[in-house]
Parts: sequence; structure tokens; C-alpha cells
Amino acid sequence: MADLGATTPAPTRSWYKRNEIAVTPWLFLLPGIAFFALYVIMPIFQSFWISFHQWDGLGEKTWVGLANYERLLGGDRKFEISFWNNLRWLVLYLLAIPMGLFISLFLNQKVFGIRLYKSLFFFPFVISQVVVGLVFSWFYLPNDGLFDVIVGWFGVDISGGILGNPNTATYGIIAAGLWPQTAYCMILYLTGLNSVDPEQVEAARLDGAKGHRMLWHVILPQLKPATFIAFVVTIIGALRSFDFIAVMTNGGPFGSTRVLSFYMFEESLSEFGFRMGYGASIAVVLFFIMLTFITYFLWSMYQDEKGAR
Amino acid sequence: MNSIYKASVAALALGVASTSAMADGHSNLEGTLRIVSDMSNPAPRAAMEGMAADFDALHPNLTVELEIVDREAWKTQIRNSLTANAPDVVNWYAATRMTPFVDAGLFMDISDLWEDPAMADLASTKGAMTLDGAQWGVPYTYYQWGVYYRKDIFEELGLEEPATWEQEIANCQVIIDSGRKCYTIGSKFLWTAGGWFDYLNSRTNGYDFHIALANGEIEWTDQRVRDTFANWRQLIDMGAFIDDHQAYSWQEAMPFMVDGEATAYLMGNFSVGAFRDGGLTDDQLDFYQFPQINPDIAPAEDAPTDTFHIPSAASNVEAAKAFLLYVTSPNVQSAINGGDALGQLPVNAASTVSDDKFVQEGFDMLSNNASGGIMQFFDRDFPAEMASVGMEGLQEFMVFPDNLDDILERLEDTRQRVYQ
Repeated sequence: MADLGATTPAPTRSWYKRNEIAVTPWLFLLPGIAFFALYVIMPIFQSFWISFHQWDGLGEKTWVGLANYERLLGGDRKFEISFWNNLRWLVLYLLAIPMGLFISLFLNQKVFGIRLYKSLFFFPFVISQVVVGLVFSWFYLPNDGLFDVIVGWFGVDISGGILGNPNTATYGIIAAGLWPQTAYCMILYLTGLNSVDPEQVEAARLDGAKGHRMLWHVILPQLKPATFIAFVVTIIGALRSFDFIAVMTNGGPFGSTRVLSFYMFEESLSEFGFRMGYGASIAVVLFFIMLTFITYFLWSMYQDEKGAR
Repeated sequence: MNSIYKASVAALALGVASTSAMADGHSNLEGTLRIVSDMSNPAPRAAMEGMAADFDALHPNLTVELEIVDREAWKTQIRNSLTANAPDVVNWYAATRMTPFVDAGLFMDISDLWEDPAMADLASTKGAMTLDGAQWGVPYTYYQWGVYYRKDIFEELGLEEPATWEQEIANCQVIIDSGRKCYTIGSKFLWTAGGWFDYLNSRTNGYDFHIALANGEIEWTDQRVRDTFANWRQLIDMGAFIDDHQAYSWQEAMPFMVDGEATAYLMGNFSVGAFRDGGLTDDQLDFYQFPQINPDIAPAEDAPTDTFHIPSAASNVEAAKAFLLYVTSPNVQSAINGGDALGQLPVNAASTVSDDKFVQEGFDMLSNNASGGIMQFFDRDFPAEMASVGMEGLQEFMVFPDNLDDILERLEDTRQRVYQ
């Protein structure tokens, strides 16, 4: 009886009990996977499908094959402007990383009230992007705006104001976007600085390292994870830039501040839009641009994981 | 004021119910009438709520459910609203702006309603409601466009309201010499430039040409279109418009006129309220019709019309039709367009016009001096894509007139694609 008692429970154990270790993670993942598939993966393929059609969002779709892409990539000037603006955003937005690093180094000290200063620097990231955009558009107003007054002292007069001049408008918006983005990078670096190994700093100091040599050879290598995350969020942020443009210029003057995401919205969902097929084809192009970056990020994270093992 | 207004509408409405021939059919209306309206600004909202409440009171067995949606949001929301669980009555705009919904079969053909004898007084607006030979809704209000100007500054400079283009240019030169700008405009959201083009083009080439251009029958590179832009350029080169207008919305451009830095504004009558709120009295503010350019051409006017429609999927069609007849009836028209409500022009010829001086002038202008025709406005007459590319080009022209050739090429490319 005692012998049997040890062996009989085995065959009666349920399938779940036998596979518990393998199945449980999937059970926990299941809701997440289901919603991700429904709300992210499926719409991606739907966008692909719609981009081969001409569709006003109301009536029947008409199959047009690759016509949308031919028009888009075959010299659509709005697309070209949007694409180059996206590149400007990508390059200039990266300035947020060194600026964030600088501010975090500056704030990484223990003086009275430093928590308050830190939170003040972090403030622009907390307030809505729409509010930041609105504040900057007042700041940039021709004649009355503070910016125009200040550059006026140096005899500079930008015709139309920063946001009214097609040559400066995009840069003006990027500058507004850099404000909260810098705060974001700053907070990432501040947490990174907390985990910097004090013994290594001590050792480097004994070896006579200080100033920028200390920063470059001792501190920065230890901040690599923070730099990586800052890089990822900044690139994604630059490609998603939409709120600032919508609030500050609405794509104008004469369409010179459009980026791909804004152009996509304009074609498919704005007041004069509802060319769903064409909008979807812009979305697909933007998707592939993002995909190259995301692939790189995933690949480099995968390499790190492998190295850590 | 609101309650007085509501009471008066109720009184008028009762009058309608007891006297008009429509009354017999109405008493047996029942069920629910669902209205979705975009009249979200304070005065229109009160007018709409008043109408809904009074119609509800007229028909004891009928429940009126009113939902008011933000006016800007409605421009995109209407698409969902018409397809899923459609209401019985919705607001929209006249002319080409109806096309997507008519083509998709989402607006109900109400040509039979227009045969009702009561609709005879709306004949002047029938054209704007007609597409493919049928009528798709009813108008409930419209307003004039024209030049609102600073009468006190004109008097100070000894100027008269200009009637011809030569007088206009001469006036403008005097104004510029006095250190002011002739016109304020805020073109950030583009449509204000569309108003200028409507007037310059219809005065230069006539209403028929303008509508043909809107219908895609004329090339944008046509010499006659260039003539329009040449006239416009005269003003631009003089420095008639305020600087940096591409950075301002139409409201942000208003202080230039209130402060006297600019003397006039080509605008719709809805701007009068904002001028008065800005501190201009009726002694300072006045109105004139856009001047004649080509003496052989009858003047056409921008007078955008706002409308009611019945969705094809409406469930209570009978009540919806009765509501449209109610809205367009002379007394209701007089009440909702009165000075204490919308302050605009009634669509029914038998109704009385508000005694506001600007509404009176506009009514007089549209009745007696708009023989060329009535335009609905650039973004309602031109198809959506043409309108958006077009207005962007117009804004660019106002800032960089030298780019005209490039702009016209672009518009022509768009025309060839949009109207195929």
C-alpha cells in the first residue's frame, strides 16, 4: 500500500500538472499576444492590403495594384518634402542625447534642493506635447513673440517669423521638440549615473584621470545601456513626430513642415483627406523606415543578451 | 435673452402648427427623432436646442433626441455617424461638399420633399442642394462674404467705398501712404486665401468660368487664370496685405484691423461678432461689396450655406422630413436667423431679415446685386483634394508671388488626377 502510494498519483496527474512549467508562461502571455495580434499585427497587414486600393473610406475599394506606390515614389513632391523633413528630424533630434547627458552630469550632485531642480528640468517631459507646441508657437510669433524680439536686438529679421518661413519652420519645430526630449534623455542618464561604480571612479582618480578623460573613458562606458535606450526612444520619437507639427504649423507654410506621419494623416483622415489607399501606402513606407531601425535595435539587444550569458 | 428667444420661437412655432397646411399630417408623428448637429458655438447651439425643444413640444407622441457635436470634429465624424447607427437628421454643407456622401449613397434623396408647395420659397437655394439632378438636403442659414472695413479711417483719409478695381487700387495706395496696410488676413489655415481667389477669379472671369474651374473643366495654366493672379499680384506688390500673414489664424489677424494697422478684411459675416467683441462700434465698422473688376461681368458672391440632411439609414424618415419642413418654414427661419440667434440670412424668401445693419446690407447685396451667381466658397465648390492643394498654392502665391508658374503647374497636375 505504501509502495503503491508513491507511484499511483503519477498517472492521475492532469495534463496541465505535467506540463505546468512549459505552459504557464504562455498562459500569462496569451492575453498580451492576442491583443497585440488584434490591434498591432493585423492592422499592419490591413494597411498593406488597403495600400493596393483606391478607397474613400465609404464606398467600395477599387484595386489599383502598385499605382499608389508609383505615384508616391515617382516624384510626389509632398512625399519628397516629408521624407527630407523626416531625415532632418532624425539627425537633429539626436542632439537631445548629448544635451540630456550634459544636464544630467550637471544635476548629479548633492546640494540643497537638488530634487526640486531635477524635477523642474524634467517638467517639459511631463506636460503635454500639445502645450509645449502651443507655448513655442507663441514664443516664435512674428513681431510680438519673445524670440523675434531677442533676435531683433541682433538685427536679424526672419520674414514670416520662424514658423511662417519655409526655410526655418521645420527647425523651429524640432527645437520645440528637443525641449521635452532632452528632459527625457536627462532622466535616463540620471538613473544611469546612479549605477556608476564608485570604486571604478575612485580607481580612475588614483590613476590621475579627471575632466573629459574621466567622462570619456570611465563614466560613458558604464552609461552604455542608458545611451542605448536614449538612442532608441529618440529615434522612434523623431519618426513619430506629429503633435508638434499639427499644433504649431499644421504642415504649413505651404506644406514645408510635413513629415511622413503628418502627410499620412492628412491624406487619410483630415478634413480634406479620405484617400485611404494613398494614406496607407505612405504608412507602409514609414513602416519600413521604422522597421530598419527597429531591426537594428532588436539585433543589438540580442547580441547583448548573448554576450551576457 | 435666451429664454425670451426660446419663448418667441415657441410662440412662432405654435403659429406655424395651427395655420399652415402641413399641420394635419404632423399630429400622428411618433417614436424618436434623433438629430446630430454641429451647431456647437454658443449662439447656434441655443438656436438648435430651441428648435429641437419646440419641435418636440409640437408633437406630443414624438421624442426628439438632440446630440451636439463640435463643429470641427463633425467634419470627420460624420462619416462614422452616417455608416453606423445613423441618426435621422444631420448637419452638413451645400454643393460639392455633399458629393462623397451622395456618391456613397449615405444621404437620402429628398427630391419629393422639395415638391412640397411650402418649399417654393426656397427656390434660390435649390441649385446648391442639387447633385445628379436630385436634392439631398435643405438649407437652414447662409451668410454673405464681403469687405469689412474701418469706416472711421476711411473718413479720416477722405476715402469712399470703392466700386471699381481702379478705385480700389487708388484707395489702397492712399492707405499705404498713410502707413497702414489695406487688408488684414490670416492664412495659416489656408481657407482665407480661398475667399480672395473666389472673388478675384469670379470678378475677372465670371461665375461660369469659376464654376467650370471648380468642376475641373479648365486648365489651371489657362491665361484667364493667370489674369486673375495678375490682378491679385497688383495688390501683393503694393504691399496691401499685412506681413507674415501665414503665421496667423483668421482670429489672430483680427487685432490688426481693430488696432487700425490695417483697414479692411475680406471675410464672412460671422466675423462681425468678433469685431464687436474686439471693441469696434458700428460707427467704426462698415461693409462694402467686393469691387467690380471687369465691367462686363455680373458680380457673383460667396454665400456659404449650412444644411440639414436625412441619412439613408435613418429610422424615422417621416419625422425627419417633417423636421426639415419645420426648419425651413418662414417663421422658424426668421427666428433662428434673427439678431439674437444666428444673426445670419434666412433661406426662406417669406421670412423676415434681422434688422442688424450687416445682415441687412448682405441681404440687399445678395438679392439685388449678385446676378452673376452664388458661390459656396472655395473649399465647398472645389473637390476636397483640389481644394486642399489649391489653397496651399494660394497661400504660397501670397507670400512668394514669383513662384506662380510652379504653383500653377502643381495645381494642374492635381486637376488632371482628381477629376479623371
